[in-house]
Amino acid sequence: MGQTLTEQILSNNIGRAVAPGELIIVRPDVSMGHDSLSPGIIRTVQQQLGAAKVADPDQIVLVMDHVAPASNVSVANSHNEIRHFAREQGIRLFEVGRGICHQVLVEEKLARPGRIIVGSDSHSTSYGAVGAFGTGMGSTDIALSWATGKVWFRVPETIRIDVSGRFQPGVDAKDLALKLGREMGIGGATYAAIEYHGLGWMPMNMRQTIASMAIELGAKAGIFPPDGEVADRFDVPEWLFVDETAVYTQTISVDLDTLEPQIAIPHAPDDVVDLSEVIGTKIDAVFLGTCTNGRYEDMRVAADLLADKQIHPHVRLLVSPASRNELLRAMADDTMQILLNAGATLTTPGCGPCMGRHAGTLGEGDTCFSTGNRNFQGRMGHPSSQIYLGSPMVAAATALAGKITDPRTL
Amino acid sequence: MSRIWTFGSDVDTDQIVPGRFAPFMLKEGDDVKNYAFVTANPAFNKEAQPGDIIVAADNFGCGSSREYAPAALKRRQIGGIIANSFARIFFRNAVNLGIPVFVAPDVVAAVQDGDTAVLDPATGQITLNGTTYQMPPLPGFAQEIITAGGIVPYVRTHGRFPGETVT
Repeated sequence: MGQTLTEQILSNNIGRAVAPGELIIVRPDVSMGHDSLSPGIIRTVQQQLGAAKVADPDQIVLVMDHVAPASNVSVANSHNEIRHFAREQGIRLFEVGRGICHQVLVEEKLARPGRIIVGSDSHSTSYGAVGAFGTGMGSTDIALSWATGKVWFRVPETIRIDVSGRFQPGVDAKDLALKLGREMGIGGATYAAIEYHGLGWMPMNMRQTIASMAIELGAKAGIFPPDGEVADRFDVPEWLFVDETAVYTQTISVDLDTLEPQIAIPHAPDDVVDLSEVIGTKIDAVFLGTCTNGRYEDMRVAADLLADKQIHPHVRLLVSPASRNELLRAMADDTMQILLNAGATLTTPGCGPCMGRHAGTLGEGDTCFSTGNRNFQGRMGHPSSQIYLGSPMVAAATALAGKITDPRTL
Repeated sequence: MSRIWTFGSDVDTDQIVPGRFAPFMLKEGDDVKNYAFVTANPAFNKEAQPGDIIVAADNFGCGSSREYAPAALKRRQIGGIIANSFARIFFRNAVNLGIPVFVAPDVVAAVQDGDTAVLDPATGQITLNGTTYQMPPLPGFAQEIITAGGIVPYVRTHGRFPGETVT
C-alpha cells in the first residue's frame, strides 16, 4: 500500500513509515513567525519555557508583514523586540517591505518540495503549492518548536481532489478555491490533508492561490504534486511522488470546463454563490492583494481590464503586492503604471488591510470586494462592514463600475 | 454551578477576538480577555464568570491561527468547551493552553443557553438538568497535556513531549 504525499513527507522526516491517526514528533525544516504573533512567541520561549537560546536558529524565519511598517508606537515597539531577538539569536529576518511570509518563503526557496514548514499563520497551507507540507499553528506550538526544535502532529488522513478541464475565459484559480469551499464547507477537510490532482499544467502562482485557501476548508495542509512549473524551478526529492496505490479517505471531482466565477458573500468564505447572483452589489473599496492573490499575474489581469480607464469615483482601489519581487515585476512592464493611472493606491508589499489593522481598515457600513481569503464579520475593520471575496478579474471590473461586475461583460 | 453559553456552528477566531484587539494592538495594561466575544456575544463578554462552559455546534474556532482567541477564553477562566467538532488549529491551541475540550454531540443537543451544569474536566462527566453525561475522553496524549495545565508546564516538568522517547 502506497503513501500519500503528506505521509511520504512525514515519514521521511521521522525516518520510518507513518500511518494516519498516529501521533508523532517531528523536526520541521522551517518554523516561521510573523510580526503579529512573534513578540508573544518570544516571551513564551524565554520566560515560560526558560530557553535563553533557541534550539536551532537556522530552522527559524521571521517575517515583518502583518502590520508593517508599524501603525503606532505599540506596534513599533513590538517590531523592535522582534529585531532585537533576531540579532541576538542569529535568526534570519525579512524586514518591512520584503513581502508576505508565504510569498517570501517560496521566493527564497525555504519552502520547497518535501519540506515540513510550520508557521504562526493559518495560511501556512500555502507552502503546499510547491509540494511542501505547510501548516499553521498557534503561538505555543511555534514557541515549542523554537525552544526544542520539535512539534507534535497527528498524521492526517488525505482527501483527494481530482480536477478535470480548463478554466474558461473570466474564470481562474480563485474561482476553483472558492468552489471547493462551496462544495466542502468551512469544516469539510478538518484534521485532513488535501491533495490536488489533474493540475500538472497549472502555473505556480495559481497553485499558491489554491493552497493558501486549503485552511478555509479546515485542512491541515493542501499539497500539489511537485510537477510542472514546480518541478522546473525546484529540486524534487526522489522519494516524493504520486503513488497511485495511496489510500484517500474521500475523492472529490471538480470540472473546470463548467466552472463559473465564484463569489464568497458576507460573512464566511464558504458562503459562496455564482457571480451572476450578486451582480450590481454596490462596493466602496476594492482590495487587490494577499497571499492568495497578490502576485504579478493577479495585478496583470487587473491591469488588462483597467488599461486607459479610470476606476469609479466612489471606489477606492488598494493594491498590496505580495512581495517586493512581485511589485518589481509589476514595475518592469506597464502593469503598475496602468493600475496607478486608473486611480489605484499602492501600499507596502505585505498583508495590507486583509486583517483590518492598517492600510485601508474598513469603516462603519463599508462594503469591500477583496481578492483575499477571509470575509469573517469585522475582519477588515468595523463589525458592520461587509466583505465579498472573488478573483482579481472580478475585482478590477468591480472597481471600474463601483458595483460587482462580470469582467466578461466589459 | 457553571453557566452554559451556547454558540452555533463555524464560530471563527475573528468572532472570539477580533484582530483589531490583538494583544499587541492594545494599550499598556489592557488585557485581551476584555475582548472575548466583544461583538459576537456582548452578554458573554460582560457577564461570563470563571468556570462557565461554552457549548458550540460544529467546527468551533475556525479561521485564523491566532492563539490569543483561546488565550482570551483561558484568561476568562472558562471551565471547558464542548462542541460537536473543533477546527484543528483551535483544538490544538486549546489543548496546548490546558483548556478542557470535549467532543460530545449528545451534550450539545441537550443544553440551552443559560442552563447551569457541573463539569468535572478530569473525568469528562457533566451533570445538567438532573442528567449526568459521560463525554468521550480525549486521546491520552491530549489528556496528559491538559492535566499538566498545558504543554508548556508539561515540557518544563518532563523535559520532553508526551509520548516522546528521549534518546
